[in-house]
Amino acid sequence: MSKENRRKERIDRGIKVRSDGLYALLSWREMAYLIAPRFILIAGLLALPLLMPGLYWQRVISIVCIYAMVAISFDFLAHYVGLVCLGGAFFIGVGGYIAGIFNAYFGMPPLVTIPLAAIAGGGFCTLLLLPCLPLRGVYFAIVTLMYPLFMARIIEAFDLFGGTDGILGIDSFSSAFVEQYFVVGILLVFLFGLRRLVNTDMGLIFTAIMDNDQAVRASGINITHYKALAVFIASAMGCLAGACLTHIYMWSGISQFALDFSILPIAATVIGGAGTLAGPVIGCLILVPISELLRDFGTLRIVFYASILVAFILFRSDGIMAFAKRKYEQIERWTQV
Amino acid sequence: MRHNSNQTPPMLRMENVSKTFGGVAALSHVDLDVHEGEVLGIIGPNGSGKTTTVNAITGFIRPSGGRIYFKGKDITGKKPHKIADMGITRTFQIMRPYYSLPAFKNLVIPLFSPRARRTGGWRGGGNLGDRKTIAIDILEEIGFERDSYIPFKTTSTLPTGYLKRLELARCLALKPEILICDEIFSGLSMSEIASMVPLIERLQDDGITIVMIEHRLRELFQVANRVMVLNFGEKLVEGTPEEVMADDRVKEAYFGSEKIEEVMTYA
Repeated sequence: MSKENRRKERIDRGIKVRSDGLYALLSWREMAYLIAPRFILIAGLLALPLLMPGLYWQRVISIVCIYAMVAISFDFLAHYVGLVCLGGAFFIGVGGYIAGIFNAYFGMPPLVTIPLAAIAGGGFCTLLLLPCLPLRGVYFAIVTLMYPLFMARIIEAFDLFGGTDGILGIDSFSSAFVEQYFVVGILLVFLFGLRRLVNTDMGLIFTAIMDNDQAVRASGINITHYKALAVFIASAMGCLAGACLTHIYMWSGISQFALDFSILPIAATVIGGAGTLAGPVIGCLILVPISELLRDFGTLRIVFYASILVAFILFRSDGIMAFAKRKYEQIERWTQV
Repeated sequence: MRHNSNQTPPMLRMENVSKTFGGVAALSHVDLDVHEGEVLGIIGPNGSGKTTTVNAITGFIRPSGGRIYFKGKDITGKKPHKIADMGITRTFQIMRPYYSLPAFKNLVIPLFSPRARRTGGWRGGGNLGDRKTIAIDILEEIGFERDSYIPFKTTSTLPTGYLKRLELARCLALKPEILICDEIFSGLSMSEIASMVPLIERLQDDGITIVMIEHRLRELFQVANRVMVLNFGEKLVEGTPEEVMADDRVKEAYFGSEKIEEVMTYA
């Protein structure tokens, strides 16, 4: 067949159609088809720390999970609420500092400081972001990009909390095993919790605010209230990630407000698939280890890194998740026109 | 004329309301009373301040001067969601559905609002049941065929007629006391308009006070009890459709030199 008179057609797999709706419950095969992707993700994440050779790569997995928490909070805010927030580093930094302060100055154990950092940090970030909530689109993005820089400069200028040295002498997790499974567990809870949330009626309000905020206001719903709630959820997740990071490195400092924590989660979301929640996790699983592998190349790694990103945006702009979903649900074949 | 408007105190009152946009007077010193149970039409050429009036009442803009009262309470400058919560709902001239959602989920959102939870939604008796069922009930009443796929289709695939009805349905879900329709006939075919007119009449029979902003005069005069004419942000005339039609100033401002009967025929 020549190229002109044939085309590719995509057809839903039989099992995909059969497992739509309630009938899937009647057969193990269909059930397995539905459960398999979730199972692979959960089992894979739980097995990863065991499969890693040596402490160094196990630590990398913890960092992957930290980034992934920030990435899904970005994905949730940007693609389910319509607030493109470039302030991931703001959340990480605030959470990190709160955990550090309560641990180093008040002697609280990590299992207390981490939830505390999530709640208090979420509240703090939401309060600071409250004036920006009426902004939309690129305006909100630019303002939120300023927050981490702002915080870092304040800490530096007033020499707060150890100034440029940061807070030293913070407790670590009791063991490497606890550390890894703590962050993996939290990540899974966040991932499946958010998926639940976006499918409830409240998630519908969030989507509606993204689609058309004026109509939501005309429906008698206070959009500032719901936007603040969404920002609180996302920033609490980011702050919790930051608190974990502080306890992993046993240090919190200005570099937690570094732009990396804002940029890498967004890149991971682009690569993994925007608006899928699981996609950003996969994106982080790819990007963070690559960044570690490329460490040997020195500053050249930025070039490799950027090329990978550009290639993804050019050739797989809808992300890995959309591609994988298509392969999982449909068969492709060439047909005669 | 189904309602005698002069007996009861006004439900909605605008007193001396003005709005300027950087020196341009979109509304200047407009007084308006809306009585319970009536259908009030607001007409006027393009740019005469009709939509500005609606925005001022529903809180989407803050008037530069004057006061607005709803059932005796001052609502000037309140937030849109507060005003909707009191029972003043509006449709948008440029339709604002949630395009990415299925049609019936467009109604789950207003049904989630505090007012709908309090009132039980359209036809509800104080207790809100399953939101999806109520949403589909409202859609059926407003002209979506219940047993078709239409309520479940993605909103962006629906034709204009359904989108206009969806705007109305969103308002009804809140169990409104005043319904403000901003050009709901525009962009519809003749048959769609013909089916919309009885719907408006039915809503009036249900006790909803309706304010209609229209360019389609023939249909408006069928349903309206009273008509106000705006021109350059000022109130020109107010009265029954017959009085308005007979007024020379209206002919001059709105219809140019044409005879009004001709305009009515082709409008």
